[in-house]
Amino acid sequence: MTHLAFIIPSYAVALVIPALFALDAWRRVRAARARLAALEAGRRR
Amino acid sequence: MLFVVDAVSPTAPPRGARGLHRFANPGRFLRLAGRVLPWVSAIGILLAASGIYWGLFIAPADWQQGDAVRIMYVHVPAAWLASAGYLSLALASAVSLVWRHPLADLAAVEIAPVGAGFTAICLITGSLWGKPMWGAYWVWDARLTSVLVLFFLYLGHIALTRAFDSPERGYRAGAILALVGVVNLPIIKFSVDWWNTLHQPASITLSGAPTMYVGMLWPLLLTALGASFIFAALVLARLSAAVMERRIRALLAARAEAA
Repeated sequence: MTHLAFIIPSYAVALVIPALFALDAWRRVRAARARLAALEAGRRR
Repeated sequence: MLFVVDAVSPTAPPRGARGLHRFANPGRFLRLAGRVLPWVSAIGILLAASGIYWGLFIAPADWQQGDAVRIMYVHVPAAWLASAGYLSLALASAVSLVWRHPLADLAAVEIAPVGAGFTAICLITGSLWGKPMWGAYWVWDARLTSVLVLFFLYLGHIALTRAFDSPERGYRAGAILALVGVVNLPIIKFSVDWWNTLHQPASITLSGAPTMYVGMLWPLLLTALGASFIFAALVLARLSAAVMERRIRALLAARAEAA
């Protein structure tokens, strides 16, 4: 395969950027769900 | 109860917006997003992975560009989604300005970073494709420059929505910027026709048959469809988090008021 020095970084960028967004979204959802559950439990008590 | 009070505008929505306002209830939105998100993510990953495999290992190399043409399978979907993402940002902004839909504000705020990310992918992969083909990573060509402007519009929106103490003022300023920036979309689309550019004209149009070999077209369409699902999944996940974070702020404010 020719031009590998350009193809590999292109695919790396195209995979890494969405993966970082996915990781950030997962972390936010998990943190918000936990915080919300704690607050709701506090309200019910 | 606070869930609803926090998210729904106190004034009754206009008649035309009532259908949309059904989804203003955060509980309903979260339930729907929770059901849809795994499917959207799985379909996106599956389609994109098949398209990438096909594009990298099965599709032929170009007779002029050689294997560098394989960059197309990530560059073109990112370019389409950069523009489509901005259009969705503008639509969310219009819904927010006209109907004051509470989820539209959050949607606009969450679409902008994802759109900026895909625009960055488009610019970086375009540079990496340009170097072996044109001999330069960057030229001040009309297409490249207009996409760079799109990237700055996304960054401007991200900065503007976070620049005010009152989130509502930030949302409104961001919405106006998003709507003004829509003028850049036809410039991006037609830049290759209006000006002499190094960038090639469109190979796929709605009005005519594609000028691309079908063995390259299919993997491109697969990756584009997969990337679209992934874009939607990212926005849905971010929006779910934003809805819950808004709820947390409302609960904390209520608790502080009670204390």
